[in-house]
This record gives sequence, structure tokens and C-alpha cells, in this order.
Amino acid sequence: MIAALREFRGAGGVLGGLVLLVIALIAAAASWIAPGDPLNMVARPLTQPFADPRYLLGTDQLGRNVLAGLVHGARVSMSVGAAAAAAAICVGILVGTMAGFSGRRIDNGLMRITEAFQTVPTFLLALALVSVLGASALNVVVAIGISSWPPTARLVRAEVLRLKGADYVDAARLAGRGSLAIAFMEVLPGALQPVVALIGVTVGEAILVESALAFLGLSDPNLVSWGGMIANGRALLRTAPYLVVLPGLAIAIAVLCVTLAGDGLANRLGIVGRR
Amino acid sequence: MTSHSDSMPNAPPSGAARFVRFVFWRIAQAIPVLALVAVGVFFLLELAEGDAVDAYLAGIGSGDAGFAADLRERYGLGDGVGSRFATYIMRLLVLDFGQSVAFSRDVGSVIMERLPNTLLMMVSAIALSASFGVVLGGLAALRRGGPLDAGITFGALVLNAMPGFWLGLLGIILFAVKLRWLPIGGLSTLDADYGPLGSVLDVARHLILPVTTLALTYLALYMRLMRGAMIDVDNSGWVLAARARGLPARNVVLRHIGRPALLPVVTMIGLQSGTLLGGSIVIETVFSIPGLGALAYEAVNQRDLQLLAGILLAGTLLVVIVNIVVDLAYGLLDPRVRLGAGDAQ
Repeated sequence: MIAALREFRGAGGVLGGLVLLVIALIAAAASWIAPGDPLNMVARPLTQPFADPRYLLGTDQLGRNVLAGLVHGARVSMSVGAAAAAAAICVGILVGTMAGFSGRRIDNGLMRITEAFQTVPTFLLALALVSVLGASALNVVVAIGISSWPPTARLVRAEVLRLKGADYVDAARLAGRGSLAIAFMEVLPGALQPVVALIGVTVGEAILVESALAFLGLSDPNLVSWGGMIANGRALLRTAPYLVVLPGLAIAIAVLCVTLAGDGLANRLGIVGRR
Repeated sequence: MTSHSDSMPNAPPSGAARFVRFVFWRIAQAIPVLALVAVGVFFLLELAEGDAVDAYLAGIGSGDAGFAADLRERYGLGDGVGSRFATYIMRLLVLDFGQSVAFSRDVGSVIMERLPNTLLMMVSAIALSASFGVVLGGLAALRRGGPLDAGITFGALVLNAMPGFWLGLLGIILFAVKLRWLPIGGLSTLDADYGPLGSVLDVARHLILPVTTLALTYLALYMRLMRGAMIDVDNSGWVLAARARGLPARNVVLRHIGRPALLPVVTMIGLQSGTLLGGSIVIETVFSIPGLGALAYEAVNQRDLQLLAGILLAGTLLVVIVNIVVDLAYGLLDPRVRLGAGDAQ
């Protein structure tokens, strides 16, 4: 039974990866699949889903095509989520390596800062940053990146601390290489493997934060996003619940697939991920 | 936050004096973190275009240059960054969070007014998600490898993938719009007089959907944690010993596996309090509950940066306090950890 479960998880990873690939392709080909601006009015407002084959998933209160919105929203949600997670992981790796490899004083200082960032409620910080910087896609990426790097930093630091006494590090030092070169070229590559287990979770989390920010109106007003579509449909819960249900389903599926794929990748590489 | 094992000194069981010393030690430990957050918030405010006086003048709709200069002088905003920073810190030390433009009142009093609602929601949601998480995670661990385990594990994955605000809106569609069992939002029925007991029940009825939503979004975490901890503890020597002594299985599961497995769950409650507070922003907005989270949304919408900064600081303080309380509770659960002060760090 345990073997069956493991197999199921492996299959989940593959399935998640495949669906993720499809979503990524849809996002990449958005303007080919659904040409034109998805924010344009194209049909009668509030066409129900499956009522008109040209607008398969219906239209919203302004007559905008829901399917086109979902397709273009995939582009925003996935790219912002991926970029924000990449930013968070890069900052985490940088801070973690410096903390782990530097002396006690720098390590202590950096860990206090990490602790401070972990104490401030993450979403509140992202919200404050976007509202101060202004609501553009880039600023959302920056805000999520700044607010969600600590877990990576802690993981990398622990790994670097473990590896820095290794023989090959001493050998590099004896060979006369500088500390920076040793930290980032000798120690870091070995410390990176466990970070793979964090990728899926970090990207999934970033997509969720992006959608919540967009739901609160803090996203680029000229771009469609899934969270923004839900906020828009909120006024019509009684007559047109599909305006809320469909985009949310898209978010949930995307995040689920990202997590499954990340888990599968970590398993494939033999990293013990989440239990 | 530091973990318990490395920072907790091994002191013998102790009385009230040790307890007080532990609390002080724990508070002292939190001070550098709070100071860093205060500095961070100052730079965030500096980053924004325009200062509090600009926001205030825009809020009241008028004011000439002389009036603005006067205000800046009074609040110490006109000088260089250094002296602005000094003024800011001095004001924080006397717990003066500045003036809210949107509410025309001081930020501290607005926050204190909203805090109880958020606390009520947070505590209920934590209790609900942690208890269900412990039970479901425990069941999954006991039936590990079976269909129940697979179902619970997969359920946790799916729950984790759903945005909280969407879950809340689905709840509204189903239970408030279609079935009409529960109110759509708010904290109490307006214009209604139910008497003392009736109003408590009324508030409880209004809280069912938001608290359940908030709890559901964090349930998965506790389920996974409890499942993992149970499996870890199950492999330990004392469980084998307890089984070998022929103790009833029920006893072994509850006392020898369940109790130690609760420890990481308790720690996680403290660590997650910040995330929960963040989650309550969207949930309170969805259900129009006048709490700290909805206040943050209003602050953003009205560009009331003083208020937003105050909420950031208050939220951080809340997280720190929750963590201290959790640390104290930890000693009650784990006989190996006794409260003691001082020598760590």
C-alpha cells in the first residue's frame, strides 16, 4: 500500500507537471488563442457559460469574454508568480550563503534581519510594499520577493554551515581562492539541492499572494488577472456565480499543479521533501 | 523566531520567580526584532511619495504653504532624514503611532478599536484548524499507507492550493445565497435586539463562515505536521517500550505518541500567527468584518500610510506576543522543557 501511495505521488508529479506545461503553453499563446484585448467588450453582458459557443464560459457584466480573461490571466498569474518566487529564492540564497559562510557577527546580524522579516505578517508586508511602490506587475514581483525570501535563506544557511567544514572547502582555501569565490562557487552548489524541494511551494505561494493582492485591487489595472476577475465578479454572486467560481478554479488548479510538480521533482532527485 | 531546543536552558523545575525571569528574557529577545521592524517601517514611509502632512492636507482639502511648514515643524517632518528618524522613534517609544488621515483620529485608538474583532476571529480559527488538523493528521498517521491516509494527504494538498478569499466567496454562494442558512457578512445583525445571550449567538452565527474559511486555509498545515510528527514519534524507543509492556493500544496512541507529537503543532501555531493575520486581511474584506485586516485594506485604499504603518507595527507586536505565549504553553506540554531564565544566548 505504501508502495502504491508512492507510485501515486510519482504519478501526481508527472500529471501536475503535464497540466502545468499545458497552462504555460496557454499562457504563452494567449494572444493567439484569444486575440484582441481581453478587457474589451465583445458580446452581450452576462451571457451564461455554454450558452453561446463563441463565448464558451460566458461574459461578465461588461460583456467581456470570460474564457479570454482566463487565458490572458494565466499569463499574468503564472509569470508574476514565477518571477516573484525566483526573486525570493535568489534573495534567500544570497542572504543564506552570506550568513552561513561569514563570521559570527555578520551571521547574527543577517539572522536577526531574517527573523524580523518572518515576524512581520508576510501578506501585510506585501500589501504595504505594493501600496507604497504603486500597483504595477513589476512592483508586485518585488513586493512578493521581498516578503517571502526568509524560508529559503534559513534552509541555505543551514546547508552552508553543514558544508563549510568539508575537506574540499579546505582544499579550495589552501589553493588560495578568495572567500567569496569559495562561498558561491564551492559551497553553494552543494547547498542548492534541498532548495529544489522549496521551489514548488514558493511558486505556489507566490501565485496565491499575487491573486490575493489582485483581489484587493493591487495589480496592474491594464492587465487581466485571475484575482482581479474574482473581485470583479463579487458584486454578482447571486446572478452570475460563475464569474467568481471559474477564475478561482483556475488559481486552485495552477497552484495544485505547481505544488505536485515541485514535489515530484524533489522526489525524483531523491530529496526528502515534505512528508 | 528561535526554535525551542537550542535556546531553552535546562533548568530544574521552578517557581514564580523563574517564570517572571523567563518572560523578561523572552521579551528582551524580541526587542532587536521589533527595533528592526520599526526601522524598516520608517524606510517604507520614506519611500512613499509625499509625507504625512501632504496626506493630511489632501485629506482636509486645503492649506497654504505656511500652514504646511508649520505642521512639519510641529511634527518634526521638515528636517533631514536623521532628525525625522529620531522624531519617529521617540514617538514610537511613547506608543504614539501618529494621526490617521482617513479617520481623523490617532492611529493607536483606531487600531485598538478593531483589534478585538480580529483577535476573536484569529483565536477561533486557530482553535478550529489546530484541533481538526491534529485529529485528521493523527488518523492519517495511524492508517498510514491506507486509503484514508491518501485521501487526507490529497485533501491537504487541494486545500493548500485554494485562495482563502475564493473559499470564502464559495461559502457565501452556497450557504448565504443559495441555502440562506447564514448571513452574507458583517459581525452582527443591524437594528436587532436579541438580549445579551441572543447577541452573542448572533455574533457567533456571523462568524461561522469567516472563521471556517480562515481555519480551512490553515488546516492542511496542521494535518501534515501532526501526521509527520506522529510517524516520527511512533519510531521512537519509548513507544516500543510502552507496547512491549503490553499497554493498551489506545493508551499508547494518546499518551505516548499523541502528546509528544503535539509539540511541533504548538510551535507552528506561534510561527503561523503572522500568516493567519495576513490571511484575515482578505477574509475580513470578503465578509465585511470590521477588524484589523479590513482596516489595512481601508488604509491602502485611502492611501493612509500612517495608519498602514501603525497596523504593520501592531501586527508585528501581536505576532511577537503570540509567540511568547506559545513558548509559555510549551513548558506545560513538554516535561523536558522547564521554564528557566537566562544563560542561553
